[in-house]
Amino acid sequence: MDDLERAILDYVRREYLEEDDDRQVGLETPLITGGIVDSFSMVSLKRFLERKNDIEIPDAEATPAAFDSVRSIAALVRRVAARRVPV
Amino acid sequence: MAYPEPLKERFRRGLEEIRAAGLYKQERILHGPQDVRVEVEFPAGELPRPVINLCANNYLGLSSHPRVLAAARAGLEARGYGMSSVRFICGTQDLHRRLEERLTGFLGTEDTLLFPSCMDANAGVFEALFGEQDVLIADRLVHASIVDGMRLAKAQTDTYKHSDMGHLEEKLAEHLDKRARVVVTDGVFSMDGDLAKLDEIVALAEKYDALVFVDDSHATGFIGARGRGTHEAKGVLGRVDLLTTTLGKALGGASGGCVSGRSELVETCRQRARPYLFSNSVPPVIVAAALEVLDLIEESTARRDRLEENTRLWRRLLVEAGFDVKPGESPIVPIMLYNARLAQDFARDLFEEGVFVVGFFFPVVPKGQARIRTQVSAGHERAHLERALEAFVAVGRRHGVLGLGKREIVERFGA
Ligand SMILES: Cc1ncc(COP(=O)(O)O)c(C=O)c1O
Repeated sequence: MDDLERAILDYVRREYLEEDDDRQVGLETPLITGGIVDSFSMVSLKRFLERKNDIEIPDAEATPAAFDSVRSIAALVRRVAARRVPV
Repeated sequence: MAYPEPLKERFRRGLEEIRAAGLYKQERILHGPQDVRVEVEFPAGELPRPVINLCANNYLGLSSHPRVLAAARAGLEARGYGMSSVRFICGTQDLHRRLEERLTGFLGTEDTLLFPSCMDANAGVFEALFGEQDVLIADRLVHASIVDGMRLAKAQTDTYKHSDMGHLEEKLAEHLDKRARVVVTDGVFSMDGDLAKLDEIVALAEKYDALVFVDDSHATGFIGARGRGTHEAKGVLGRVDLLTTTLGKALGGASGGCVSGRSELVETCRQRARPYLFSNSVPPVIVAAALEVLDLIEESTARRDRLEENTRLWRRLLVEAGFDVKPGESPIVPIMLYNARLAQDFARDLFEEGVFVVGFFFPVVPKGQARIRTQVSAGHERAHLERALEAFVAVGRRHGVLGLGKREIVERFGA
């Protein structure tokens, strides 16, 4: 697990698990189809990623499929960051 | 062909998958009026058997009350059977307006608009009132009809952990840049039976300049000292901006719902809410009976008081018998079993023992949170609840769950 994945995983655990929640969340855990992240608060997750990584994720790429695991989210962030035009 | 074989096959397969996953819903058929004792045919084709009903939303026992039936009959004679029109064309009678005024008085709001159901009220209200610059911030356990209503709206959405005021405050602060913030919650949560912390929610909303929306379907008529709802119980009457509720539960249980609240908001719904504009008017029979229900409730608190006593008794009996009961003060009393299969087997065995309840599991409740939801009524006699407890204890022994907490149940049965 790299730093990016760890940061996303920490955020997901903090933001979506209740205190007495003993569901295990790892890199491959299905987040949306697994009922951990609801589609309404996906926006919060997107905003967190954008702020933290100084990127803007186009809505077309912020799909439930791309957000369905910590690993796929990290891949999305890397893809978007790689396209960033240096200023 | 309009219905080609591959399409048919797709739906067949879909249904098989539902069955294979153990999620296929079968109707239980009642032979008689809704009551605390009913004759139920289940599975379909079996002889109906008498059971004690612990799964109706008939909280005040008014679904078949003689005065309600008489008022319905009188309404039928005086105002006819159906309206054959939506409200704004020729579907509004004097009775509809009178019921809206009575609900406004009862709920302590400024104005009220009837909808064909509370599902429709929730489906219409957000889309009618809020747009892209606004944000709806919902408790994560709100009812499915609210989720659908939020999906239909163009407003931005966010959620907070169930009843977690710290998390709600973070979200309110995060969305200070929006034109309007709306906190969205159930008054009494339908699967857990706990009350929203409306006093704290209203205080936070005032601090962050937000509106408060409450769906009080499982509260109107019996929560609060005079049964006005969760806002009465939490001391914030008049400080909730938008309230939806149903006539389909405690208030006679037929059908119909409403949006009630600040007058400009309700008036805007009258102009814009699509289920109000494009679906038929609530029939006069129901409107007339609902007026009688409000008379009954406002004349005396005896029924809601009785319900409160019954609820306390039922909770105490279950806890003393060693069940893992979700704490709360509403007549929704969930018995936690955590495992979906166990919850289903438990409900089936209770039915064999003459008690009618339903097991709930994912996706209706979160994974690993399966339960039997029981609902107490003012119509239950002490003897009904004691008899129901005997059945619960017998079935609880059979499955070996008495005295076990979450950890032990999950260890034994899996999550
Ligand atoms: C919290 C809540 N809101 C709305 C509804 C829908 O009410 P109605 O049956 O009037 O459509 C229900 C009923 O299941 C409910 O539990």
